[in-house]
Order: sequence, then structure tokens, then C-alpha cells
Amino acid sequence: MRNEFLTVYWKEMIKFFRFKSLLITSLLQPALWMGFFGIAMSSNFDRLSAMYSISPGMEQIGYLTFMGAGVIAMTALFTSLYGGMSLIFDKNFGLMKEMIVSPMPRSHIIIGLGLSGLTKGFIQSMIIMVFGVFMGVEFFSALDPFGIIISILGILVFVGTFSSGFVFLSAGIALRLETHEGMQAIMTLLSMPLFFVSNALYPVDAFPAALKALSIVNPLTYLINGIRCFAIGPDFYALGKHYAYTAEVISISYTALLIFAVIAFAFAMNSIRNVKIN
Amino acid sequence: MAGDNVIKKIIEVRDLKHNFGDLQAVDNISFEVYDGEIFSFLGPNGAGKSTTINILITLLKLQEGIATIAGNNVQRDPAAIRKSIGIVFQNEVLDRDLTVWEILEFHGRIYQIPKNERKEIIEELLNVVDLEQKRDTRIKYLSGGMKRRLEIARGLMTRPKVLFLDEPTVGLDPQTRLKIWDYIRDINDSGTTIFLTTHYMDEADHLSDRIGIIDKGKIITIDSPDQLKNSLGRDVIYVNTSDNEKAKPLLEKITSIYDISESVKGIALLTAMDGTMVMPSILDVIKEGGLEIISINLKKPTMDDVFVHYTGKEIRNEPTDKVHPRPGHHGRR
Repeated sequence: MRNEFLTVYWKEMIKFFRFKSLLITSLLQPALWMGFFGIAMSSNFDRLSAMYSISPGMEQIGYLTFMGAGVIAMTALFTSLYGGMSLIFDKNFGLMKEMIVSPMPRSHIIIGLGLSGLTKGFIQSMIIMVFGVFMGVEFFSALDPFGIIISILGILVFVGTFSSGFVFLSAGIALRLETHEGMQAIMTLLSMPLFFVSNALYPVDAFPAALKALSIVNPLTYLINGIRCFAIGPDFYALGKHYAYTAEVISISYTALLIFAVIAFAFAMNSIRNVKIN
Repeated sequence: MAGDNVIKKIIEVRDLKHNFGDLQAVDNISFEVYDGEIFSFLGPNGAGKSTTINILITLLKLQEGIATIAGNNVQRDPAAIRKSIGIVFQNEVLDRDLTVWEILEFHGRIYQIPKNERKEIIEELLNVVDLEQKRDTRIKYLSGGMKRRLEIARGLMTRPKVLFLDEPTVGLDPQTRLKIWDYIRDINDSGTTIFLTTHYMDEADHLSDRIGIIDKGKIITIDSPDQLKNSLGRDVIYVNTSDNEKAKPLLEKITSIYDISESVKGIALLTAMDGTMVMPSILDVIKEGGLEIISINLKKPTMDDVFVHYTGKEIRNEPTDKVHPRPGHHGRR
């Protein structure tokens, strides 16, 4: 079997770990979100939550716990959205020409990059989970150690699929662009609606119809479903709303992510087949 | 090259055409490169050199014509071509954040050279291009010459039958150029056929077994440097007079001059016999025409003269040439 994608992956990971300042800030940023935004918001939202009446015998989860899942998703989104950026470097100053005229199938460039996006997503998710527990996020509270391992694996499967999908999308766009500036602009434009039109920080139920429709086609929504189900549980109350993740909801959510990743991969493949190198 | 043995062709190109929209970059060219030689394409920027190379190395899709390398058809079997050639691109194709060793290791891996063999050849090539001391240095800390040597070493990793060098010494200082030329000759001596493009006359002249002069997408002539120079006759005489326009028709009357052209050094005259014997008649016709001679100069034909003769123009080696700046220089320390 051909395994050149591992070489592309190897190169990407060397560069990921080589720049310590970049590495540390990318790990620190989600912690800062939790630390500042999370604590500030939860002190307000937890008061609001208390005003909702919920079914007797049920307890509401804290906002920090609710949001923790959102921060994992947000970090996966931002990291993978920029995952294609290295291809613009490769195209303008780097090894793209070498890879294109090598016997390696072009799909391996995309797969290797996707794999690196997935790895970075894993590392960041794990760090946020550990950090979150220290901050008072109540993940995996009702689970035995075996259950925790299964839940973490479940989260990683969701994060992995989502991250690869967004790295493919990012790669597909990067391969069609000439400059970093253009890429930066597009990614900033994309990340804002993706993040805010999702259930990362608040429930989507109260959204106006148009935003609600958008949240349904937003992959981030499905990722967060998965993370919440595995991290908090299939049945809980937050911000006065009842969350019930049946097996069906979770399968649909995962299928949605899978479909998104497949489409994004096809898009990236189309881009690399037609890539123009100066 | 062996003279009377049957000469093996390693590259064959027939009726190759390539256009970019309205621009006919390569206009029906045919040529061959023999096994073991150094073959050069000499021409100005935009002549079609890089386009031809990019078609041969399968970076550009072949539009019209036939091209084969070592028996493999470029259009039908790009995978076999990719395995049998080495390439050094015109622009720097390196990753500034990787080390010398990582660049070579990456190449070896994507060409699926087995681990032990990879290790061996990397050591061997680092030695060939004198970069052993730099194996763990990141690319951004290397000089232009070191980067070129590294790219040449990388091109050789798969032990290719043909090494393509697209403008191998653009942007390098004279001493580094000479060193790179030495490496190219050594590599050729060890049996690798070399196909290089250049717009430097001296580079083509010093390195090549044969030169193809190419301009506006067409090959004008192909021959060895010596043959090309000899074909111009005995000598070149440059004359500057008080009025070169008036002087030209007068000089045309001298029978032992068979070609007259303008150059930056004045009127260039190619002589059919020993130039020193032609000089007196030049002085005579100019004087009879009522003009004055400002300077007169005689020399043996050079590649510059060959180029002017065949293309009717000179290549200016100014930095303002449309050569893309080599990336990587932006972060120079």
C-alpha cells in the first residue's frame, strides 16, 4: 500500500512542534476563553438559569460545563480552518512543486494534511478537557473510568472527522488562492458566522428562523451535539432547556459530519488536480 | 561522448507545441538529447525554455507533439517519467523551516526509496555537495549557493537517468556559479545526462556538449559550442564610426565580410578570412566615405556573437531581466 501521505503528515507535524511560541499560544488560547469568557459568562448565565423552571428531580448543569464543549469545538474549528494555510506557503515558497512532479498521488498531499489537522485537533481537545476539569467544568461526572475512556474516544471521533473536514475545506480554498492575505480574509469571514450561528455558547432554539436554518447546515452544531452527549450525558438541562441526545440524534450528527468531510475532501481533490504553481 | 558508436538518444522531442492562450510559448520544436551529454537550451527569458522543461517533467500537460524520456512517453506514462528524472527548478523549491536533512529525507520518502538506501544516499550526496556540516541547519540560514547545492543533491537522490536544471545559477555570485558548474560537470562525469536551460552565454559555452539556441518558441540551431563559434567565420570586428548608419552600406561592399549587425559595441562584422587582413580595407572604405573611425576592435567569436548572429539580438544580463526573484531571500539574515 502506498503510504506517502505519512511523509506529508511527518513534515506537517515537524513544523507544528518546531515553533514553540505558536504551539503554546494555540494551546493557551482556548484556556483563555474558558478562563475569562467562561467564568464571566457563567456568573451571569447561572443566575439566569436559576430562573427557569425545569422538570422536578432534574438538575441544571453549570454554564461553564455547557460552554466547555463549545470551546473544544471552537478550537477545533479555528485550528482546522487555518490548516490549509501551509499549502499557500508550499505553493509560493515551499515544496508543492516537488510534490506535484513526484510519483506520489496528489490525494496523499490532502490526506496527509487532513491527518495533521486531526492530530492537532486531538491534542488541543485533550488539553482543554484537562484544563477544563481544573476550572470546574463537570465533564464525565456520572461515569466510571471505562465510561470515561469510551466518552473521550467518542469525542475524538467527532473532533477528528470535523477537523479533517475543515482542513480539507481550508486546503481546497488555499490551493485556489495566491496570497496569505486573501486566505486570512476568507477564513476570518467564515469563522465568525460558523461560530456564532451554532450552539457553542447558547441554545439555538430561540434563534430567528433564518439563523436557525443556518445552524442546521453548520457542521459545528453537529460536532457540539456529539461532544455534549459524550462529555455531559445524553440527557441534561442547561439554560432552562432540556437536551436529550438519543442514539438517533447522535448518528444523524455524525453522519452529517461525515458527509461534510467527504464533500470537503472532494473539493480539495478538485483543487489540487487543477492547482496552478507560479 | 563516444564518436563512432551508435549514439543513444535519451530524450526525443518531435513537433512539440504549447500555447498559453494567445501566446505560442513553444512553436513546433524537435530535438534530441543523447545519453551522457550535457545539453543546454540557450535563450532569453520567455523563449520557451522553461515551458519545454515543464512539459518534459510532466508539470505542464503536453498539448501537441511527442516527447519521450528513456523510452517512456511523457503523455502516456508520466509516472515512469517522474521516477526516471531529477529536477532542479528555476525558482527555489525548499521549505525554509525544515533542515537540510529533512528536505532530503522528505524527498527520499515521497519517492519511496527504502530506508537503508535512503540513509546511504543522503550521506553520499551531502558529501558530494559539501553540506555535511549543514545537515541540521534550517534552510532559512543557508546561503543562496548552499540552497542550490542542496536542490541539486535532492535532484540526484533517485539516481536519475536525466537531471533537469532550469537556470541553475540565476541570482548567484560569480564564485558560487563556478562551484556549481564544477558540481554539474562532476555529476555528468559520473554518467548522468544533464539537460539545462540558461540565458547566460558563458554558462552554455562552458558546460555544454551541445547547445540549442531557442528564441520565441523556436529552436534556431543546435550544435556544439565550438561548431557554433566556428560557423561564424574567422573573427569578429567591432567598428564605431562618426555615423554608423552611413558606414553600414559602405562596409557591405567588402567581400570578405559576410555578416553585418548592430551591437552595443558598435557595428559587428563577421569575417570570412583572418580579421587582421580585413582591417585595412575597413579603414579605407570608411575614410573614402568621408567618415571617421572612433574605435575598432578585433576578437574571436564568442557565444554572444553566435547568439546575436542567430537571433539578431543580444541577451542583456541585467538584474532587470524578468527573472523571478528567488523566494526565501525575503527573510535573509
